[in-house]
Amino acid sequence: MDDLIQAWSERVRQAAASGGQLRIRGGGSKDFYGREPVGELLETGACRGIVNYEPSELVVTVRAGTPLVELEAELAGQGQMLAFEPPRFAAGATVGGCIAAGLAGPRRAAVGGVRDFVLGARLIDGRGDVLRFGGEVMKNVAGYDVSRALAGSLGTLGLIVELSLKVLPRPVAEATLRFEAGEADALHRLNAWGGQPLPISASAWRSGGLYLRLSGASAAVEAALTRLGGEGLDEEQADALWRGLRDHTDPYFAACTPLWRLSLPSDALALELEGEQLVEWGGAQRWLRSELSAADIRRRVEALGGHATLFRHGDRQGPRFHPLPGAMLALQRNLKNAFDPAGVFNPGRLYEGL
Amino acid sequence: MADRFEEPAFGAVERDFSQVDKARLVQALSRVLAPASLLHDVEDLRPYECDGMAALRQLPLVVVLPETEAQVVEILRICAAQQVPVVARGAGTGLSGGAQPHRFGVVLSLARFGKILCIDAHARRAVVQPGVRNLAISEAAAPFGLYYAPDPSSQIACSIGGNVAENSGGVHCLKYGLTIHNLLKVRGVTIQGEIVEFGSLALDAPGYDLLPLVTGSEGMLAVVTEVTVKLTPKPQLAQCVLAAFDDVVKAGDAVAAIIAAGIIPAGLEMMDQPATAAVEEFVKAGYPLDAEAILLCESDGTPEEVAEEIGRVRAILEHSGATEVRVSRDEAERLRFWAGRKAAFPAAGRISPDYYCMDGTIPRKRLGEMLKAIQDMEKKYAMRCINVFHAGDGNLHPLILFDANKPGDQHTAEAFGAEILELSVALGGTITGEHGVGIEKINQMCSQFATPEIKAFHRVKAAFDPAGLLNPGKAIPTLNRCAEYGRERLGRTQPQAHPDLPRF
Repeated sequence: MDDLIQAWSERVRQAAASGGQLRIRGGGSKDFYGREPVGELLETGACRGIVNYEPSELVVTVRAGTPLVELEAELAGQGQMLAFEPPRFAAGATVGGCIAAGLAGPRRAAVGGVRDFVLGARLIDGRGDVLRFGGEVMKNVAGYDVSRALAGSLGTLGLIVELSLKVLPRPVAEATLRFEAGEADALHRLNAWGGQPLPISASAWRSGGLYLRLSGASAAVEAALTRLGGEGLDEEQADALWRGLRDHTDPYFAACTPLWRLSLPSDALALELEGEQLVEWGGAQRWLRSELSAADIRRRVEALGGHATLFRHGDRQGPRFHPLPGAMLALQRNLKNAFDPAGVFNPGRLYEGL
Repeated sequence: MADRFEEPAFGAVERDFSQVDKARLVQALSRVLAPASLLHDVEDLRPYECDGMAALRQLPLVVVLPETEAQVVEILRICAAQQVPVVARGAGTGLSGGAQPHRFGVVLSLARFGKILCIDAHARRAVVQPGVRNLAISEAAAPFGLYYAPDPSSQIACSIGGNVAENSGGVHCLKYGLTIHNLLKVRGVTIQGEIVEFGSLALDAPGYDLLPLVTGSEGMLAVVTEVTVKLTPKPQLAQCVLAAFDDVVKAGDAVAAIIAAGIIPAGLEMMDQPATAAVEEFVKAGYPLDAEAILLCESDGTPEEVAEEIGRVRAILEHSGATEVRVSRDEAERLRFWAGRKAAFPAAGRISPDYYCMDGTIPRKRLGEMLKAIQDMEKKYAMRCINVFHAGDGNLHPLILFDANKPGDQHTAEAFGAEILELSVALGGTITGEHGVGIEKINQMCSQFATPEIKAFHRVKAAFDPAGLLNPGKAIPTLNRCAEYGRERLGRTQPQAHPDLPRF
């Protein structure tokens, strides 16, 4: 494996010296995400395998090209999981791609996002230096927390070769409930429940139906079921629902209309934007399939205190992520230059010029 | 193109600020601040000469106490224009000397940023100024059945701004996370005087996630002026199990067994026998004094959930060889169990004139090894050490007992501490879990990171603060310092490299 990393480091060095650009790719399951990928393809698949897994330490160290399904199967064998439930948009999705994209699934609002579970990382920066940040322990404040900042950086800061992630035990019991509710009512209820000690691990609302997943100790789930009422879904229905939302296999995501991911304060009011909506994360993530202009959508979302990403379909040459205020954009440019001064990695994938 | 590859000049050696002109600085600052907010007489500066790491003292040139963000912006612009170092300071409870003043610099105290701006119970968030005390947030949220989860032991005094600077932990972070996991947004001012917001009121923000970089950055990247935290619903019930063991390794194995069983307790703490004895004498928590180690394991949730978890925990502890298991019968007893643990530091101060607190984190399975090694070091340095341990997350707080008035004691304690930190790194851990590097552990950063990483840290710093004015000399060592420390260590460790070789 050291030979491979050495070879990659050399390749990066050459690219940096010759004005070359590299397009980092794991399984290619998120090729659609961000601005149009450019550069010479560098596939990470050969850098795979679990390096260290100690269930009682709640940590796994894994090479970036390892398929997510492989890692998840290993964790499941020990009754553990990646609690942030990363999407697997296709079978080949890798751990490196999962961290680089920074996307989390239904459990996000309950347990934290991708960066909350990153404990350490090894990466090759734009100078070809192999760097190691963080480590395999839960608490570590030595040096700037670079490894967490890699979550969602879309591979633009470096080529991730290894990750240490915090894992959690799978809940003993799980149950899913359905309630009749309109949008405003659902948002209100989700926020009100969020303020109570209930074992809610996921939520979703779509045209008329509000869904709630409860996870935890059997006693806690039982008590919440009694208290909340609603109509129970059987295990198969529930699995299909949450899996469909997590992996975007749900029919909602199949249409070719531009799909927007709106990240909002959970208590933000109803959207009042034309299009078909799907709410997750207790109101903090709202999907919108809409033909409205980017400007209209961004204006409304900004007024509600959030930001909008053009997630699938639509123009890939233009901006996909929400525009940044000037001072913040300057910091982000500086950070990019700090790690990749020659602009080798995934140029323009996140923002033009980053 | 070629010039983009050049290294930033700073990061190699400590920058010299001896040219700072105090009179000119005071004059410029006096245009922004009222006289009561601008201290520059030695008597007034004295209270700021150290933080919680009282062994290191240094007077600054000036202390400023702004009350508004606009003043912070102006102060930073003046300092940038005159190239003056700025050390931001919260409550001054930090244990690693992170807020130690710079000899030629300004201490920017955020003590007057003490307002809770908003508690939004429906959205479960609080917007507070950085000088607000950690515990004050939970107190303000309590009427709504909410609280702010991270609870460092100093929570009655430490400020939320300081918590952000250090990414503080506490005894409940195994289940509820560190500061970074409980933040939504941090608003700050860069050294250029630009106001920037990291994170957002949503669960993420566009672009690079700079919130984890700023959190734990020890005042090196920006000055925090406002913090939005998540509030957590207060569990209906909490109960604590106290278990005694006749062997520290058995206690360590019990911790691993609890986690392996799929239980994430709200708190999981360990104390060794000398620590137990020290606190028992002090707070009378009712700890068994004959045990080699005691474990405290807390469970919280609904009454049904707690009963279920406590039952499982008790079984695991008994199976792991606990000599005694007690479950708190009521809230008073639970608080008494914790009172001892939370009083560990003051108790150390009671049995010894001075103590030096370490903060390494190691993989839990190496705990036995670490404690044995510390016992050997006690003999080697002829100094006592008592151990309290956030067992659930591997964060160890050995308290080295010494007497600063005894010649050489301070130095010996530091050498003892340095050896513990280096062993933490060697065992696959880190030199600091929650107290920060500050000035205290700056040398050990060179053990934990190699030159390429240290350079990368300096580049991150330069991305925010190209002139290196925010808290210079802290957290990230210069390359020069690491080179010197490397030579020094080599000289020290070489004789032990082949311990069985006869030496004369």
